[in-house]
Parts: sequence; C-alpha cells; structure tokens
Amino acid sequence: MERERRALLKLAGLTVVGLAGGALARTAEASSKHAAKPGTKRLAMVIDPRKCLENDGCTDCIGACHAVHNVPPIDDPRHEVKWIWKEKFSGAFPDQEAEYVDEALTSKPVLVFCNHCDNPPCVRVCPTQATWRRDDGIVMMDWHRCIGCRYCVAGCPYGSRSFNWVDPRPFLKSPTPDFPTRTKGVVEKCTFCDERIGKGQQPACVEACKEKALVFGDLNDPDSAVRQTLRARFALRRKAGLGTRPAIHYLV
Amino acid sequence: MLEKALQGSRSYWGWVAFLAGLILLGFIAYMRQFAVGLGITGLSRDVTWGLYIAQFTFLVGVAASAVMVVLPYYLHNYKLFGKITILGEFLAISAVTMCMLFIFVDMGQPTRVLNVMLYPTPNSLMFWDMISLSGYLGLNALISHVTLDAERKGIAPPHWIKPIIILSIPWAVSIHTVTAFLYSGLAARPFWMTAILAPRFLASAFSAGPALLILFCLILRRFTKFDAGREPIQRLAVIVTYAMAINVFFVLMEVFTAIYSGIPEHIEHFEFLYLGLEGKATLVPWMWASAILSVIALVLLINPKTRGNERTLVAACIAVFTALWIEKGLGLIIAGFVPSPMGTVTSYSPSIPEVLIAVGIYAIGIFMITVFYKIALSVRGEVKV
Repeated sequence: MERERRALLKLAGLTVVGLAGGALARTAEASSKHAAKPGTKRLAMVIDPRKCLENDGCTDCIGACHAVHNVPPIDDPRHEVKWIWKEKFSGAFPDQEAEYVDEALTSKPVLVFCNHCDNPPCVRVCPTQATWRRDDGIVMMDWHRCIGCRYCVAGCPYGSRSFNWVDPRPFLKSPTPDFPTRTKGVVEKCTFCDERIGKGQQPACVEACKEKALVFGDLNDPDSAVRQTLRARFALRRKAGLGTRPAIHYLV
Repeated sequence: MLEKALQGSRSYWGWVAFLAGLILLGFIAYMRQFAVGLGITGLSRDVTWGLYIAQFTFLVGVAASAVMVVLPYYLHNYKLFGKITILGEFLAISAVTMCMLFIFVDMGQPTRVLNVMLYPTPNSLMFWDMISLSGYLGLNALISHVTLDAERKGIAPPHWIKPIIILSIPWAVSIHTVTAFLYSGLAARPFWMTAILAPRFLASAFSAGPALLILFCLILRRFTKFDAGREPIQRLAVIVTYAMAINVFFVLMEVFTAIYSGIPEHIEHFEFLYLGLEGKATLVPWMWASAILSVIALVLLINPKTRGNERTLVAACIAVFTALWIEKGLGLIIAGFVPSPMGTVTSYSPSIPEVLIAVGIYAIGIFMITVFYKIALSVRGEVKV
C-alpha cells in the first residue's frame, strides 16, 4: 500500500513538471515569433476614425465586404453573421474611459472586424486547426474542416467570429459565384480578403472607402503607408493588455 | 453477463420503457436540430454555449467522483467500500457517456467530429479533453468488467488490473482539471479566468457525485436486496460534507476577489447571476435557490445528528446535488458569456427542443445505470425478482 501511494505521488509530480515545461516552452516560442523574419510580410490595417465619421451613417465598406464574401443579411440579432460592422465605442474599447471628452467623439460607432492577432487565442483553442495564422499574419478559416464547436468564439476577446446558427444560403438574394457560400454549423469571420490580396488587390473594405479612412499594408516594410501613418500619429489597439497583439490600429 | 439485464420484473420493464420513451423524444428533437441547425436552440451570437456544454461540465464532475470510492478502497484498503466501488465505476461510465453525447449534440457539424482525431492539435484543450474522457471511459469499462467477472466466477481479480485501477485515480482528477482548463485559459472570459476553477470543479464533483451515490444506495436498498450497509453510507456522507464545505468556501473566495478588487468586468458576471444586469435576471432565482440549498445542505451535513439520520441525509444529498447542478449546470457556463466581451447583456433560456435533447441524453445515462446496476446485482444474487 505504502509503496503504491509513493509511486502514485511520483507519477503525479512528474506529470506536473512535464506540463509546466511544455507551457514555458510555448511562451518562449510565442515571444520569439514577434521578431520580424526577413523577407516576410506582416499585413495590417490602420483606421482613421475621424475620416471614417466624415460621412455620417456611411456603410460602404460593410456593404462591399458582405457582398463579395456572400455574408448573409440575417435580421434576427441572435443569428446574425457579420465580418465587419460598427460597434459602439464602449463596446470596442471597454478599457478606454473617456468620461470628459466631447461626447461627439465617444458616441460615434467604431468600425470593427477580425484583429488578425499576432498571438490569436482562436487559433490556440481550435481543436482541428480549422483556423490558423499565415506567415503574413492573416488568421485564416477553413469552413470545410470546422466542426462547429465554437471554442474559437468563446476564445476571441473581440467578438469577431460569427457562427452559422441556420443555413445562410436562403438569405443570399444574389450570391457572388466568385466566393464560396457557407453551410450551417460552421464559424466564419474576416480573412483580410486573402483571395483579393493574392491577386495584388486591396481588401474590399479599403477599396470601397471613399474617405480613405482605411489604410492597408505591410508592417515589416518601413516605407509602407501603414508604417508611415503609425510613425506620425498615436494609435490604439483593442484590449492591448491581453497580449494578443492585434494588427488593426485605430488612430487617435 | 448482458443477459442479466434481459430478465426482470414488471416494474423493471416499465421503468426501461419510460426511459426509452424519453430517449425517443430526445432523438426526434435531435433529428430536427440536425436538419435545421443549432438555431433551434436558445443559443445566440453572444451566448454561444448553453445547456449542452453546461451539462457536459457538470457530468464530468459526476464521472470524476467515482474516485471517492475507488481511492479509499484501493489505496487505503478501506474494505467497507468494497461493495460499492462497482456502483461508482458504473456511474462513471454512464456519466462520461453522457458527457460525450452532450459535446456531440453541441457540434455545428456533427458529421465532422472525427476531425478532432484526424488533425490532432495538442495546443487545444479540447484535444486533451477528448483524450482524458475517452481514456477514463476505457479505464472504467475495463476495470468494472474484469472485477465483476472475477466476482461472478468467485475468484480474486487478476493482479494486472491493480495498476490500472491505481492509474484510474489520477486520471479521474485529470478529467475535471482538463475540463476546467477549457474555460480558465480564456483571456476573453474574465468570469472563467480564475486559477481556482479546477480546484472548484473538483470540490463540487466530490460532493455532487458521492451525494448521488448515497441516493443510489438508498434507492437500491428500497427496491432490491442490495444493502450497502450503514457504515459506508455514513463514510460517503463525511466525504460529501467536507467537499461541499470546501466548494462553498471556494465560491466565496471568488466572490471576494471579484468584489473587493472592484474590476467591473469581474463584478458584472456575479451581478448578472445574483442581481441581474440591465433588467435581465433569468438566472437570479436559480442562483439564490442554489445558495439557499447549499446552506441547508451544509447545516444538515455538518450536524452529526442530521447526518447520521438517513431521512435528513437524503434531504441533504438532494440539496447538494440540486445546488451544484444549478451552480455548474446553469450558472457557470451561461454567466461566462454575459456580459459579452463587448459589454452586451443577452438573455438565454434553452428552447423546448434543446431541453428535450438534454432530457433524452440524461435518460440514456440513467438507462445505462439501470442496466449496469441490474447486471452487477444479478451477479451477486441480490435482486429480488
């Protein structure tokens, strides 16, 4: 009896040491990932809310994105699917208190979508690698592998992921044949227009914005438009304290 | 041995038919969900996990609790539990099966569920949960089969089974630890991101599970010739008492940390549970019922007179089980989603098909327990008819 008890304790101790070692190794790996590898891109976007708000009530970028990606217009807020939308300021930046600033600034909505994090929690939790991070930073989604467990939805701190609670196809009046439609029971989100970038185009939302409020580019290129903008002006990222390192920057 | 389940009294068959009816209803509801999608549940964009995942979480605890009879018997040589270890192991098998079914019905694409094995992903806790749950199921199936078979033949169980039984002890702890890690590692959900979640899960498991086992023993004494004996039941009651006291202690520690630190995103979830947020208070009566039942249970359990009296002990066990079912099987999962990371407060209550599916899965579990206990008691010649 005594011997068995001791063996059991030893086994338990070794398990704990093994698990802790694994966790440390992962942390070390994650921090080395942030250093830019030469020759790789880090795609990102800078949003200028001031320009965005110039044309009050404009939804050009949302309309363009949802049209080219066959995002179904579902009215029921419980079953809504959205890739890019306007969120109230306190929802997008819950940790930014701005009590005394002119209300005109904080009462306006903020454009939100997938943050394409450096350290994406959704990718970490997905049990089938149906969502993964490309070397250029895009967090991708495979709708044919997704099992619909919604662990990524629980893991995303930004509410950027939508689940297809019902079959989305009947909601699409005139679907685009260039882009796949989805089935019920899978998760979807913004993919930074990987299909357009591959052809050398800009993301659909960037192209649709007449006010040029969205700037897209490579953070690893010091002369890119995103780097130039970020050099000149201070920018915020959503919930930066969580260590996810979002690629979407909001100019102040 | 299965033939033992095919002979029984009228009341046995009546009970089995009743369960079969519930299973059928649940199956029909599931077929509807399979065709339409998870949109027929009460879940929504903001509350993406609900009744199913909460039942899964609660039942992992029930499954893990088998260790509370196995450990004293095999590690401390506490002979009095010899008669009931098999009941604990069968309870574990049924509970793990229900867990797996609850995960399955929660999948948006159930036909693709094997992708978890096809693309094994060690950085996902869900992968480890699958390994620990299926391993635990296998261990308990093997152990109960081998020990019961030996008992039927009137011989001692083979020696090689002993290390496997010992292995099942840390394994039981692992299933509930990994299940807690599913939640406690998410930066997006402050309500779950607490290091005490796994210990809390274990404490609630080790009170709810043995409480259920006490109830089962007393039911069996009433309807069959099986008598677990007074002493083992009293010993289980002591385990329930300690575990329940620790569980309540842990919950109060969570409440203290959230409220005293004053961080809104930590307080809001507790507000939603116990006071209601933005006029949405569906869970408030449930949570207070759970709190009151916990207090009643503790009073009845800590007082040696009421713990020793089997009538009041039954009341205490029902109170423990119900209180913890509300706490884990309703509050814990739903409150993690309310308010959402964007601060949205969304009401959730399960739809009728969702409830029918859940009841159907519970019926499958109870059916398994019925058949297993019938076999075990027939082997021992302790069934009346």
